[in-house]
Amino acid sequence: MSEEMFPEPEWLSEEVKTGTTIIAVTFDGGVVLGSDSRVSAGESVVNRVMNKLSPLHDKIYCALSGSAADAQTIAEIVNYQLDVHSIEVEDDPLVCSAATLVKNISYKYKEELSAHLIVAGWDRKKGGQVYATLNGLLSRQPFAIGGSGSFYIHGFVDAEYRKNMTKRESQEFVVNALTLAMGRDGSSGGVAYVVTIDKDGAEEKCILGNELPRFFDQ
Amino acid sequence: MRLTITRFAVSFTVIIWRHVLKKFIHNLYVEFLIMEKQHSYSQVKGVSTGTTILAVKFNGGVIIGSDSRASMGESYVSSKTINKLIQVHDRIFCCIAGSLADAQAVTKMAKFQLSFHSIQMESPPLVKAAASIMRELCYSNKEELQAGFITAGWDRKKGPQIYVVSLGGMLLSQPFTIGGSGSTYIYGYVDAKFKPDMSLEEAKQFSINALALAMGRDNVSGGVVHLVVITEPGVKHIVVPGDKLPKFHDE
Repeated sequence: MSEEMFPEPEWLSEEVKTGTTIIAVTFDGGVVLGSDSRVSAGESVVNRVMNKLSPLHDKIYCALSGSAADAQTIAEIVNYQLDVHSIEVEDDPLVCSAATLVKNISYKYKEELSAHLIVAGWDRKKGGQVYATLNGLLSRQPFAIGGSGSFYIHGFVDAEYRKNMTKRESQEFVVNALTLAMGRDGSSGGVAYVVTIDKDGAEEKCILGNELPRFFDQ
Repeated sequence: MRLTITRFAVSFTVIIWRHVLKKFIHNLYVEFLIMEKQHSYSQVKGVSTGTTILAVKFNGGVIIGSDSRASMGESYVSSKTINKLIQVHDRIFCCIAGSLADAQAVTKMAKFQLSFHSIQMESPPLVKAAASIMRELCYSNKEELQAGFITAGWDRKKGPQIYVVSLGGMLLSQPFTIGGSGSTYIYGYVDAKFKPDMSLEEAKQFSINALALAMGRDNVSGGVVHLVVITEPGVKHIVVPGDKLPKFHDE
């Protein structure tokens, strides 16, 4: 009787997902990663300012999407493994190694986990690189998009991406793509986080809602 | 002499009767088919236009466009060159997304009602009238139908217009609109690239690019691009074959 009078809010029993938009782009000399900041559980937004770009190493970041718990766990485990690895080789790890570590976990626990991470960073050997690790696949790409909001911007990024953009242009490209996706996807929104990684290190920036670019609004 | 006349009369009568009976039976059969169609479930996976359709208003007219693939289920392409742009009146076109059978039935009915309406009004029909007819049909047959429409055209009262009738029967007027399964991939692109009051060339390029991008990502859209440009002087149908479509960075 008392349960009927005060029904349990549905978000307590729904899985927390980062229905999201993430994007990573290489430019001449580094990479730019971007993400939105909304975490939803069913129909409620449980966190509207979460930073989905988590560092795996000084110059290697990964962007989280899918189930929030799974993605965070993978990122933490790989962070630890990468630290050990970099001590062993006595040098900064390669982006490829970080991506491979993520891929190993995604592939081994394919059935249990549902998270898609995009790994991007800069290393001395190959410069800026972006790796997509969907479900255990490892693929190096000039740019990668992921998350539920990415469906709406496939056309936009296909049309607008050009090789060898400058740092400024890539940042604009990422912010535009995120804004368009947040405008159409119900599970993406909030603020935009942008991380730029080049040989000098990583620079994090947060762009608030009212500072995002505006497009034609019917 | 009498025998010949009688024979002639008999054979004449027989021919007439056979003709009449044939017509009668044919009509019965057609009615039976119509009855069948109304009772069949449109939820059953028949030929469905997994598709991409769009309509854009520009300075002086409207462009309505679509891809040309019809698929059965997710894996069989039943037609590579189907035209999904249906003319319901001289300067009013309609394009369909969803079950092809439902769409054809609705547009046939709408075409008939619209021509009747234009005879009664003694003037070409308004685009809004065409869209309202579609909306009536969609709303009253909400449970059975599974199709959404874009109606676009030109009339003397308000110039170029685009109306969207969605699945449940909502009617909305918009400066541009996209629909179909392939449209999800180009929301970002059209949001970024649309400008009000474009010229004809810009609008054409915009539509061709958007459709090419959607066909590049959606596996149930493809084939050629059909465009219809509707302006006051008339209607022009443009077909852009697959090899003339714009290529983007990874192709």
